[in-house]
Amino acid sequence: MIKVGVLALQGAVREHIQSLEACGVEAVAIKHKEELKDVDGLILPGGESTTMRRLIDKYDFMDSLKEFAREGKPMFGTCAGLILLAKNIVGYSEPHLGVMDVTVERNSFGRQVDSFEADLAVKDVAGGFPAVFIRAPHIVEAGENVEILSKHDGRIVLAREGQFLGCSFHPELTDDHRLTAYFVEMVKEAKSQKQAV
Amino acid sequence: MKTGTDRVKRGMAEMQKGGVIMDVVNAEQAKIAEEAGAVAVMALERVPSDIRAAGGVARMADPRIVEEVLNAVSIPVMAKARIGHIVEARVLEALGVDYIDESEVLTPADEEFHLLKSDFTVPFVCGCRDLGEAARRIGEGASMLRTKGEPGTGNIVEAVRHIRKVNAQIRKVVSMNEDELMTEAKLLGAPFELLLEIKRLGRLPVVNFAAGGVATPADAALMMQLGSDGVFVGSGIFKSENPAKFARAIVEATTHYQDYKLIAELSKDLGTPMKGIEISSLAPEARMQERGW
Repeated sequence: MIKVGVLALQGAVREHIQSLEACGVEAVAIKHKEELKDVDGLILPGGESTTMRRLIDKYDFMDSLKEFAREGKPMFGTCAGLILLAKNIVGYSEPHLGVMDVTVERNSFGRQVDSFEADLAVKDVAGGFPAVFIRAPHIVEAGENVEILSKHDGRIVLAREGQFLGCSFHPELTDDHRLTAYFVEMVKEAKSQKQAV
Repeated sequence: MKTGTDRVKRGMAEMQKGGVIMDVVNAEQAKIAEEAGAVAVMALERVPSDIRAAGGVARMADPRIVEEVLNAVSIPVMAKARIGHIVEARVLEALGVDYIDESEVLTPADEEFHLLKSDFTVPFVCGCRDLGEAARRIGEGASMLRTKGEPGTGNIVEAVRHIRKVNAQIRKVVSMNEDELMTEAKLLGAPFELLLEIKRLGRLPVVNFAAGGVATPADAALMMQLGSDGVFVGSGIFKSENPAKFARAIVEATTHYQDYKLIAELSKDLGTPMKGIEISSLAPEARMQERGW
């Protein structure tokens, strides 16, 4: 049995927890860094990346999150969470966690009035996946080990690099839990591999 | 591809949960707010306590201030339009603000009707004091709610009254039988279908923040503990002695609203908070919460 955490400093935490529970796994809201050791995978939810970063620094979360990544445990960043994972952010000299080999641009589809819903073709997951984009970022450039799982309008909006999964949109805002289930499988695989070693 | 859907508009407010939205009157304040960890700023010409002091008619902010704030920060920018003022709202939408507050803090433009917010691409937040008012605003298309409280007073008592009332009425609806809901809808002045939805969800279908009187980190944490999804702070921050420090303290108290040791630390040496106003000393016509129908 696996346990998946949702970083609960700010943002759409409840929705991710519900989506994880709908996938049949135990979900935990992570408010303190000590709680990270109890989970096998972590979702970095949507919210305001600048706010989350401030709270990550304030509560000394950064090293624990990087350690979590080093241990090979899967991490899934949605929207602001993708920005936290990325190695490069357009217009900023420093990344946040900087663990996933992608360059992202913030608010790259425009302001809130330009926010939209669209059906996406997602490799290995769905032909038509309902995606909600809210002041969304997108992946401008992906490193050679990054697998592009979905594009919208020619822009990369979902990608995976080994243990890291990142998307521009909000899979937690609909009742379609297939992408969460995909991440849950990543967590299960990582855990069983670790136990096999 | 569809813009302006309920999911997109309500979803935007979901992303603000657990956060603090701060009133600002210029780019410099907006940057302080962003730096302190605000999830959004509300661009205004004057904060509520100054509106209260100035008297007269309070209107939408000068578009120059709104633009200045839009250009200064990367977090979402909200702005206030007068209740029922279709054109102020359209102007703010055209300026590209991320959320409009159809707000009782400004002088109402219509004393009978609110905006049909479902007509707009930009999402709206509205104030409420009870479930009937909350449901009417959602019915008109509001994508986010907040308690009205009593703005510009630095007194939390009205915000507490409003959140307790809304939540008690939700609990009642959830516990009622479906065949009792039409009469409850009539009594509350709430759309029947929304009460059905609230019963099914066990909560409002949109995010509900606290507003109107939050003056200290402990006030913010209190509102979170009473079930608010986040906090608006109006006059409190930039009327305090050290706005940056005060803003950071409010953000942290909102995140860790049950960590009392932390709130004690945060609350040390914040200087004098804004001077509060006792609600009973306000004449009924001076109470902004009475605006809205």
